[in-house]
Amino acid sequence: MTKRITVDPMTRIEGHLRIDCEVDNGKVVKAWSSGQMWRGIELILQGRDPRDAWIFTQRICGVCTTVHAIASVRAVENALALEVPLNAQYIRNMMVLAHGIHDHIVHFYHLSALDWVDIVSALKANPRKTAQLAESLSSWPLNSVHHMEQAQEKLKTFVSSGQLGVFASGYWGHPAMKLSPEVNLLATAHYLQALEYQRKANQIVTILGSKTPHIQNLAVGGVTNAINLDSQSALGMERLFYIKTLMDELGDFINNVYLVDVAAIGAMYADWTKYGSGVTNYLSVPDLPLDTKGTKFELPGGYIESGDLSKFKPITSYQDAYFQKGVKESVKHAWYKGGKGALHPYDGETVPAYTDFQDDGKYSWVKAPTFYDKRAQVGPLANVLCMVAAGHEPTTRYLNKVLAMAGKVAGAQIPVAALHSTIGRHAARAVRTAVFYESLQNQWQLLVNNIAKGDVKTFNRFEFPKSEIRGFGFHEAPRGTLSHWTVIRDGKIVNYQAVVPSTWNAGPRDENDTPGPYEASLVGNPVADPEKPLEVLRTIHSFDPCLACAIHMVDTRNHKEIVKVQAIGSQCGVPF
Amino acid sequence: MHLGAETYPRSTTDPVAGRSVLILGLGNILLQDEGVGVRVVEQLQRQYKISGAVEVLDGGTAGMSLLEHIRNRDHLIVVDAVRTGQAPGTVITLSGEEVPAFFQSRVSPHQMGLADTLAVLDLMGEKPAEVTVIGVEPRDLDVGLELSDLVSTRVDELVIRLVGKLLSLGFEVDTVQQPRRGTA
Repeated sequence: MTKRITVDPMTRIEGHLRIDCEVDNGKVVKAWSSGQMWRGIELILQGRDPRDAWIFTQRICGVCTTVHAIASVRAVENALALEVPLNAQYIRNMMVLAHGIHDHIVHFYHLSALDWVDIVSALKANPRKTAQLAESLSSWPLNSVHHMEQAQEKLKTFVSSGQLGVFASGYWGHPAMKLSPEVNLLATAHYLQALEYQRKANQIVTILGSKTPHIQNLAVGGVTNAINLDSQSALGMERLFYIKTLMDELGDFINNVYLVDVAAIGAMYADWTKYGSGVTNYLSVPDLPLDTKGTKFELPGGYIESGDLSKFKPITSYQDAYFQKGVKESVKHAWYKGGKGALHPYDGETVPAYTDFQDDGKYSWVKAPTFYDKRAQVGPLANVLCMVAAGHEPTTRYLNKVLAMAGKVAGAQIPVAALHSTIGRHAARAVRTAVFYESLQNQWQLLVNNIAKGDVKTFNRFEFPKSEIRGFGFHEAPRGTLSHWTVIRDGKIVNYQAVVPSTWNAGPRDENDTPGPYEASLVGNPVADPEKPLEVLRTIHSFDPCLACAIHMVDTRNHKEIVKVQAIGSQCGVPF
Repeated sequence: MHLGAETYPRSTTDPVAGRSVLILGLGNILLQDEGVGVRVVEQLQRQYKISGAVEVLDGGTAGMSLLEHIRNRDHLIVVDAVRTGQAPGTVITLSGEEVPAFFQSRVSPHQMGLADTLAVLDLMGEKPAEVTVIGVEPRDLDVGLELSDLVSTRVDELVIRLVGKLLSLGFEVDTVQQPRRGTA
């Protein structure tokens, strides 16, 4: 008998993402992804000064604040054909990298690891054996027996105080949890250590951006940081070297802990390389501009169709016509007025038209984007595959390193094709973090070298023409390709559309009724116990879902995760 | 105007000054009343000068990136839109034992909300010694930058409650001279 599972809210932020699955014979046969909240930033921006847009767009989301600010200034600069001084590019790049490192570490350890790691089981672990295991994998100094004992002690105190409910993914002891108590303890210890390291990354963003959350140092045309090597109040050597210290510490953690944990835990869950591939058209954009015009980038991007890396097509500049012309959004299955077919973002319309949840009709507030009329997956996996396809040396090196480490633990060689999976998205995110670390070092050096040449420029002036101008800005954000599109007339915004990463991945069926990446990735996914659909969470969380974004209201009434299970088919609609 | 501890009853349980306090305004300013916490701390900063170890922060909708700001505080004062089922516009202060129960249902393995951030700090042994929530029941949560008329009339009261709380903790608070409007 077919059963229907509804998980709502998927992200436990009220009503942001709802996933419906039909489960037959212990496997998902059909899935729906529904964004449950309307994001109306586009309407707020109409008629406003484009120079202010980034201040509003970074409020779309509580997690991805920096990225919406960056994409927004790039869109307006693109419309103005405005060049950005090198120092400003490097400073922005460093913020992008530090933010990305922070975000990826937090995602793996604090937001998704508990789908795989049973911290209650860690209480039963032998700390000595745990330390032996850890030391066999990595030379990280904080893997000693002492550190494992300490972590277990902290966990004990916490659990005995009855507060575990706060972490209630609620799936402790689930049959799909496969790690030994020792591995669970090791992961718990690193969970705690990761908290220290993610904050170092965030500190870099704070130093450069003046404030987190919500950076303050951007401007259309550059950044507002004043550069003076001898001053303590401007960006000078003292701050730059403090950033360098933070970067070095991050590198140790990423290389000796994060990469190792992902490889080892991934190898122990090797069966999850068979699930979750879904849409294997991959889209990513190049990032970290190295010139003032955005024609050279440190990290490449492009498009891969049907998982075939040999068919990689690069996206090469901020003026790239291939990217610009390829993006459309469909509202056929989304709660907006439609009827005009899929529209390009410059012509995009955001007029709400709510219906109920209709399986074959409209069922989401998220639009369905396509690239040349095809669905595309975005995110670290898309990014890493495109960078490898483009021959980017550091990405290839770190990917080979992770695959080799995982192969050693699994006792079998692991091919690149294993990445088209739930676990592959985690592996790719770790690889990307390591690449980011190297790029951060590089961008720091480029900035210091450029300042040493006597260039302290951080801002280019401009004026808006009376005529209509259009522009798009893209950014390869932690959750994938982000693009902002704007039409400006006489210095005022006429249209503004943000095509966010989670729109690409979480979008509903499109104009041709083709399922989106979340929906496709769930098909074939095992579900051992429909009442506790941990496996569904694993696959969706591997995308790092972030539905734009973040209502932050405190609610005292009980807002538990709703897992509705019902039998369908002959008993359609009868609660199970 | 100078407001000192002498003009306001001092709490008997709170020792004086030098304590590190974070006043954290939370919310999404793009969703009308959802952003009231941010609007209140903005007004607090415009109208008052606070002496001593008090940081006033617009936390927006952030979660984990607030960790650094919250850790090891003596006192965290959260200003936020609050849903308790009471009438829109109701102003609410929660402290002590009421707070943990208040956050109990806030569980978000993806985006770490404030409850998760506090839980993590608890696990690390770095949770603020005291947490107070000062909030208001929202009325409108549609897309828009303006607070509803009802909730905007509560902003002054929320700011005054914050000032009162700071005074009771022994901090000195001065009103800022408002710059004169243009005379044209």
